[in-house]
Amino acid sequence: MNITLHINGKEQPVECRAGEMLTDVLRRSGYAEVKRGCDTGNCGACTVLVDGAPVLSCSYLAVRADGREITTIQGLAEEAKKFAEFLTAEGADQCGFCAPGFALTVLSMKEELSDPDEAEIRHYLAGNLCRCSGYEGQIRAIKKYLEAKHAQ
Amino acid sequence: MRNDHSPTPPSADTALEATGKFNVVAHDVPKVDGEGLVLGRPAYADDLAPSNALYVKLVRSPHAFARILSIDPVKALALPGVACVLTWKDCPRIPITRAGQGNPEPSPHDRFILDEYVRYVGDEVAVVAAESEAIAEKAAALVKVEYQVLKPVLDFEEALDNPVVIHPEPGIHEMFPIGFEPARNIAAAYRMEIGDVEKELAASPVRVETTIHTQAQQHVALEPHTAFSYIDLHGRLVIVTSTQNPWHTRRLLGLAFQMPLHRIRIVKPRIGGGFGGKQHIHVEPYVAMVTMKTGRPARLALTRREVFEATFTRHEMRVTVRLGANPDGMLRAIDMQVLSNTGAYGEHALTTFMVAGSKTLPLYNKAVAVRFGGHVVYTNKVSAGAFRGYGAIQGLTGLEAAMDELAHRLGVDPVELRRKNMLHEGETSEVFRIMGEGTEGIAMNIESCKLEECIARGKELIGWDPGHLVREVAPGKLRAKGMAIAMQGSGIPLIDMGSARIEFQDGGFFKLHVGATDLGTGSDTILAQIAAEELGVDMEDIVVHSSDTDHTPFDVGAYASSTTYVSGSAVLKAARSLKAKLIGAVADKFGVAPGDVIYKDKTFRTADGTQSLSLDDFSYDTLYHDGAKMKTIEVTESFTGDKSPPPYLAAFVEIELDVETGKVDVVHYVAVADVGTPINPNLAKIQIEGGLLQGIGLALYEDVRYSDTGHMLSHTMMTYPIPSREDVGRITVELVDSYEPSGPFGAKSAGEIGIDTPPSAIANAIRNAVGIRLTEYPFTPERVLAALKAAKAQ
Repeated sequence: MNITLHINGKEQPVECRAGEMLTDVLRRSGYAEVKRGCDTGNCGACTVLVDGAPVLSCSYLAVRADGREITTIQGLAEEAKKFAEFLTAEGADQCGFCAPGFALTVLSMKEELSDPDEAEIRHYLAGNLCRCSGYEGQIRAIKKYLEAKHAQ
Repeated sequence: MRNDHSPTPPSADTALEATGKFNVVAHDVPKVDGEGLVLGRPAYADDLAPSNALYVKLVRSPHAFARILSIDPVKALALPGVACVLTWKDCPRIPITRAGQGNPEPSPHDRFILDEYVRYVGDEVAVVAAESEAIAEKAAALVKVEYQVLKPVLDFEEALDNPVVIHPEPGIHEMFPIGFEPARNIAAAYRMEIGDVEKELAASPVRVETTIHTQAQQHVALEPHTAFSYIDLHGRLVIVTSTQNPWHTRRLLGLAFQMPLHRIRIVKPRIGGGFGGKQHIHVEPYVAMVTMKTGRPARLALTRREVFEATFTRHEMRVTVRLGANPDGMLRAIDMQVLSNTGAYGEHALTTFMVAGSKTLPLYNKAVAVRFGGHVVYTNKVSAGAFRGYGAIQGLTGLEAAMDELAHRLGVDPVELRRKNMLHEGETSEVFRIMGEGTEGIAMNIESCKLEECIARGKELIGWDPGHLVREVAPGKLRAKGMAIAMQGSGIPLIDMGSARIEFQDGGFFKLHVGATDLGTGSDTILAQIAAEELGVDMEDIVVHSSDTDHTPFDVGAYASSTTYVSGSAVLKAARSLKAKLIGAVADKFGVAPGDVIYKDKTFRTADGTQSLSLDDFSYDTLYHDGAKMKTIEVTESFTGDKSPPPYLAAFVEIELDVETGKVDVVHYVAVADVGTPINPNLAKIQIEGGLLQGIGLALYEDVRYSDTGHMLSHTMMTYPIPSREDVGRITVELVDSYEPSGPFGAKSAGEIGIDTPPSAIANAIRNAVGIRLTEYPFTPERVLAALKAAKAQ
């Protein structure tokens, strides 16, 4: 079937099968930043924003996204670059496979929570798994990034 | 998550000594690929696959053990869009191993790319390729396979001499003696003894014995195993794959398909984590078969379920340790006997098993008698393979349980018991000489060991008070502390070899080509740091290209904690040689002796100050201006260690144990490590933090569970939980000042040491909390509660 996605501000008609998940349609359409990690909505690597809210695109039917605004990390590249500075400054980017989905959730948290403490940060991001970093470096990076944002 | 409110000394923010000594090395340089990865630029194999590639799907065995009677591909082939269905009849009958190791491999050649037998649920039966993923999936389901179902062996305790023989087929063999006896379900066996262990044990006034069972564990690298292949312009087979060892992959595929190696090129793009899980050939043979059959590009990204069911796990082991000691706590004898489960095939069977002893027993080098032995057995479960820690974590878990039991028996501080018996700088252990990885070892004196410093700082950070290791913080909630120490290695001496090529470019920068494989650890970055430091340039003056069998020099790959020490030493040698060549060429230009040229701040000067030339200007001279003297200035150097200096780590943990529910939470995990000079302190720390969390996962959460028919029950990330960021309280990692004279700028390794201690330290904390030695991992609430009830009933 044919649907129309609005990806990173650009209208894109795509063809998809009825049961196909958004991750697969996006990857097939050239959005390599949306990663396929677990297939079961556990790891968060496939996170995208649908109408501004983070969703796990591996568990989100592509047809549901018909007509909606989809944002991948590339759609927020400027802000993502700023966060990347903090993440890489801590060495917490590591293999990077979880990074686009994780960074998107961080940027979403920044909009949603005004001044989260560490427990709130960990809770908000609990659905973004990382097997490399042990999370500590990511937490250091997020705190410093949020501090810098507040200082602005 | 538990919040820790106990006072902790502030982190030692005083910079490491090394940071003051160097310009680039020992500094927290950001990873060279970091920004691109965060932005999700196409980087991994699946991102880069050509859009016209056929999609590959594998038909997998639904039985734990069966013989394939027939495979009928007719219905699958009839489906529009299906390109081919390949079976064991399309493969040369060549036994191989899927383990990326040395050559010859210590792993038995007991596996065929596709075989007439399947030996675990998920074993490969047939390869299907089609124009789309959906068609390939549909076609795979249409391949009709008739099986003769055989009785499987699922419990590794029952495998030895079981009437069911898992590998009855002729032709499989060991590459050199490893104790391979397939008729007895033995993949490998080994024993060694220093002194007379039985005699020393008999004469020891104090003896303890513990038996610990560590479970299989899944790597769960976030990127599933992925590869694509194509035939290039010259008719050669190119495979782009998420591998930790491009050269082993090329060699193994050449053997499997009887192809000369010059017909194959392996490229590793960015890979999404490895941890040992990508140190094998799991996907490459199947895309290669399709490309060779059809001439078309082919792509295969495993599903998460396939990664769980049909790649590799950690070896499940049963480790029995007997210690004999004098009343003052001095060890007289250590006996470690191990049974290891290699699953259906013997990848890394001997070596992981030997590392259980070789990278733990030297820790306590005061014992006069030491024995190690046991068997590695086959079962009809998914194969075990390389996994960070590689046997050391299993062996250590047995040894550190026994050490704590000895401390309890003697009524002494477990820290002091360890200090009394442990290895110190300047010392050695006979074990180094006797036990290598599948072969004899290499004698080695320890030139850097800051375990004492690690322990002292760790005690401070956790607030260690041996008289008060447990307290009740609320009714039924116990806070308790435990500790453990660990060592690892830095590459495999005289076996692991890495190379680096550096070439001077116009614009005054350098191309650094290394065979080393960056799994996400940041090795491209730290290797560039080493080159930049030695060449006296900035990070941006080094452009790294790694892991391509056509375009980078040889390297065994990223495993055995080898990259910093082995590949890093190759880079340092290359940078040193290149600097000498540059100075020689400029001296020639200046008309002076090389000794009269001073190179500093990217500028060459004569000692008398009369002539000077910038690196940038010289780069154009040597490539464009100097007529007959023009030349490319480049050098390739290799390194293999004649030793494997261990990094060390002292770990202290505080847990909270809920006696009502049996739940154990890590409140605070402190790890202080000696990794020599950390080339990049941030990246070294993250290696340890990440390793710790995987070790905590093994201790508390992660378990590979099967049904009684051998079907894996934990085959999704829902049923196999890895730690999330809410599971663990606080992790504190510090590095101590240390310098390894044989390492590049004093460095050792950091990749594996982090994972080793958590199972031991947490078990010891639980023992301190409730007086019970738990022996079955992981320590789930159910197990803890059952142990508490059993203890109460006694």
